[in-house]
Amino acid sequence: MTLSEGPAAVPLLSVRGLTKLFGSFAACNAIDLDIAAGEIHALLGENGAGKSTLVKMLFGVLQPSAGQILWEGAPVTISSPGEARRLGVGMVFQHFSLFEALTVAENIALSLDPKISLSKISDEAAALSKAYGLPLDPKAHVADLSVGERQRIEIVRALLQNPKLIILDEPTSVLTPQEADRLFETLFKLKAEGRSVLYISHRLEEVRRICDRATVLRHGKVTGACDPKRETPASLARMMVGSDVAQVHRDSASALGDIRIEVTDLSVPARTPFAVSLKKISLKVRAGEVLAIAGVAGNGQGELFDTLSGEYPVTDDGAIRIRGKAVGRTGINGRRLLGAGFVPEERHGHAAVSALPLSDNLLLARSQSDKKAFLSGGFASIIRQDAIRSATRRICEAMDVRKSGEDPQAGSLSGGNLQKFIVGRELDRQPAVLVVNQPTWGVDAGAASRIRQALIDLAKAGSAVVVISQDLDEIFEVATNIAVISEGKLSDPHPAGSLTLERIGLMMGGIHESHLIPEAAHAH
Amino acid sequence: MHIELEKRARVSTLFSIFSPLLALALTLVFGVVMFWLLGKSPLGALYSFFIEPLLEVWSLHELAVKAAPLILIAVGLAICYRSNNWNIGAEGQFTIGAITGSILPVMNPEWHSPMILPLMLLMGMAGGALYAAIPALLKTRFNTNEILTSLMLVYIAQLYLDWLTRGPWRDPQGYNFPQTKSFQMEAVLPEVLSSGRAHWGFIFALVAAVALWFMMRFMLKGFQVSVLGQSERAGRFAGFSARRMVWFSMLLSGALAGLAGISEVSGSIGHLQPSISPGYGFTAIIVAFLGRLNPLGIVASGLVLALTYLGGEAAQLSIGISDKVSRVFQGLLLFFVLSCDTLIHYKIRLVLAGAKAAEVRS
Repeated sequence: MTLSEGPAAVPLLSVRGLTKLFGSFAACNAIDLDIAAGEIHALLGENGAGKSTLVKMLFGVLQPSAGQILWEGAPVTISSPGEARRLGVGMVFQHFSLFEALTVAENIALSLDPKISLSKISDEAAALSKAYGLPLDPKAHVADLSVGERQRIEIVRALLQNPKLIILDEPTSVLTPQEADRLFETLFKLKAEGRSVLYISHRLEEVRRICDRATVLRHGKVTGACDPKRETPASLARMMVGSDVAQVHRDSASALGDIRIEVTDLSVPARTPFAVSLKKISLKVRAGEVLAIAGVAGNGQGELFDTLSGEYPVTDDGAIRIRGKAVGRTGINGRRLLGAGFVPEERHGHAAVSALPLSDNLLLARSQSDKKAFLSGGFASIIRQDAIRSATRRICEAMDVRKSGEDPQAGSLSGGNLQKFIVGRELDRQPAVLVVNQPTWGVDAGAASRIRQALIDLAKAGSAVVVISQDLDEIFEVATNIAVISEGKLSDPHPAGSLTLERIGLMMGGIHESHLIPEAAHAH
Repeated sequence: MHIELEKRARVSTLFSIFSPLLALALTLVFGVVMFWLLGKSPLGALYSFFIEPLLEVWSLHELAVKAAPLILIAVGLAICYRSNNWNIGAEGQFTIGAITGSILPVMNPEWHSPMILPLMLLMGMAGGALYAAIPALLKTRFNTNEILTSLMLVYIAQLYLDWLTRGPWRDPQGYNFPQTKSFQMEAVLPEVLSSGRAHWGFIFALVAAVALWFMMRFMLKGFQVSVLGQSERAGRFAGFSARRMVWFSMLLSGALAGLAGISEVSGSIGHLQPSISPGYGFTAIIVAFLGRLNPLGIVASGLVLALTYLGGEAAQLSIGISDKVSRVFQGLLLFFVLSCDTLIHYKIRLVLAGAKAAEVRS
């Protein structure tokens, strides 16, 4: 198969007006995109911008609601991943689909024609991996391989089908810088052969380094198409997060109370190989203040939440103080008894158990803090269903939770309504301190504004609120002060009014603050 | 053409009720086929297997004797399984409970005190619990798979019992039979009614079932069990400790298995011998699932499974087929119960040939 084409040839892949609706929510809204042969094309956007939905349609995992996909100029329907592979589209997913107990060659064989013998596959894989500088032993068991090596299997698996277009979904999010450099070399080789690469990322530096063109998505729409090499990280960041953020003026002189939650020099080693370690984190939040912690996903937000909530206590008791009390070694219920409330990021299986009714999910968070109201019978701890039911009703009314039936399973509620319930469950206690991770992640606009308003009102009523969020619009809406978390390090907080989107975008992209001190942001 | 399973949007209430009955019906159908292949009259065989044992008072007593250990063990296992701890070694905990419970009568055959029986029961429970503590310790300490450790400990317990009854604990006046002295009067668990053999073990089973049902239904502890079983992460958010739940559920099920063991030995055998159980600890796993891991459901399913034991014995006598048939029935029943439960969450769909090549990724 020859892949060389003239420079003015039709694009390898064109997308016209591609739209994907989930209910009434447009995950992708009339997207136009052209990928030329032999280019590395970046698809940029924040989490939830619609990148994954778009590539899932290109790879036949999802079917578009409207619009057209053109392959080498001809309209095509990609009904399944198999169809996509036949056309010449290969995909490397962010989350690998490998069987750990099988060898490299066996894993590759699973995605190919079952008639091809294993030894042939192993030979071809070995040859390919050598040719592209992806060292890989076909006989090795996947369980023994590093994350970088596992990704190579996925890449080789995609390459074996001789694709013209390879889609890589956030490939460097799991790689060390050295592994990433190697990957880039491979990508340049592919490009030199005339293959195209669609490279999904939110790392600006990386995109500027390796990509020829970039398409930027925001809220499901294309907000920019550019040559990333001619842009600065700042201008890319602006396209990514949008410039239409309402300027929120805050009366920074409004009386702040005493310190409600304080973290001093908190360092926590990574619990798992995929976790981020927290490095010398310090923060102080006073009564009446909303501290927003911005950052790109996977920079330690979840770990910070686990530590603040006490789900994973730390060894240094004094590193975390709630209302002046050292609580580093205290568990989550001990912290709740001091008046703290917590809302984790993941609704299903963390903040709530999907298969249990709402009333049980209320008890889940408040079995100790509301022991007197919800439990009776002393040591036997008999659950007082009536008290819990009426509290559930109260919360649903206060937060306008739309549900079917009196006490439905948590899993039957929409994301927004369940999130309103989970936030309402904490607000109902009027917590002195509230720590929220991604309060409106995957939530419809109406519910999101309801939740944000509730957070602002809570602070106004004299509580200290910590909001960890990736959504910059949200951060500017609710924050009194803003800090940025990057690679497990937390920046100093800045008053929300003194920060620009650009500056936050750069801090989020891992460009450290020291570079930003001279206000003219030099892009390196 | 192939068959596809399609996930239902919501759990089917129809099949939640219907699936155990469907499983029972399928088991009977396959039982008919099996008897027919064995050259026996299927209906006659089913009659002597499932109906005959229910017609006489003495055999109803036998049913209670057989159901008692099954129910006692299964309600403990249900708590384990609900909390996502997979104790497969109840047979071993049963055996160790029988051994530790028998220490007093074997070592002090002349001790005639009303205290001896309660002490035996307590020691049996303690022994079972301690034996279950081994996999619990290994799981909480080293993250070892409790399925493997608890299962392997079964064989150790059985061989230990074998050694005891052939060696140090053998009755010197027992004509070299591998068994201990018969327990003294005070060490025998009495019958409940004068009309038959059913002993207090059956009452223990009913009390345990009701108590655990109450715990699961009304108490915070039961709530902890179901939250941690469904999502350890949510349990951690609630401030419940998964590690403590491993201990709680393993010790509880071990203690109940131990109680079943000493009740069986003291109530229906009267001495220790190399084999004290026709696999109660394993059959109880079937009982637990057939009863939907609900303690009250387990009382019913325990009686059904006890019937297969009795039926096996009856069929052996009346139509002369191997008592292994009861094992076959138990296996069939578990198989069909588990497969029919699929229908609660999935629809079955036939896909015509060539419609789609199977995809590795979904």
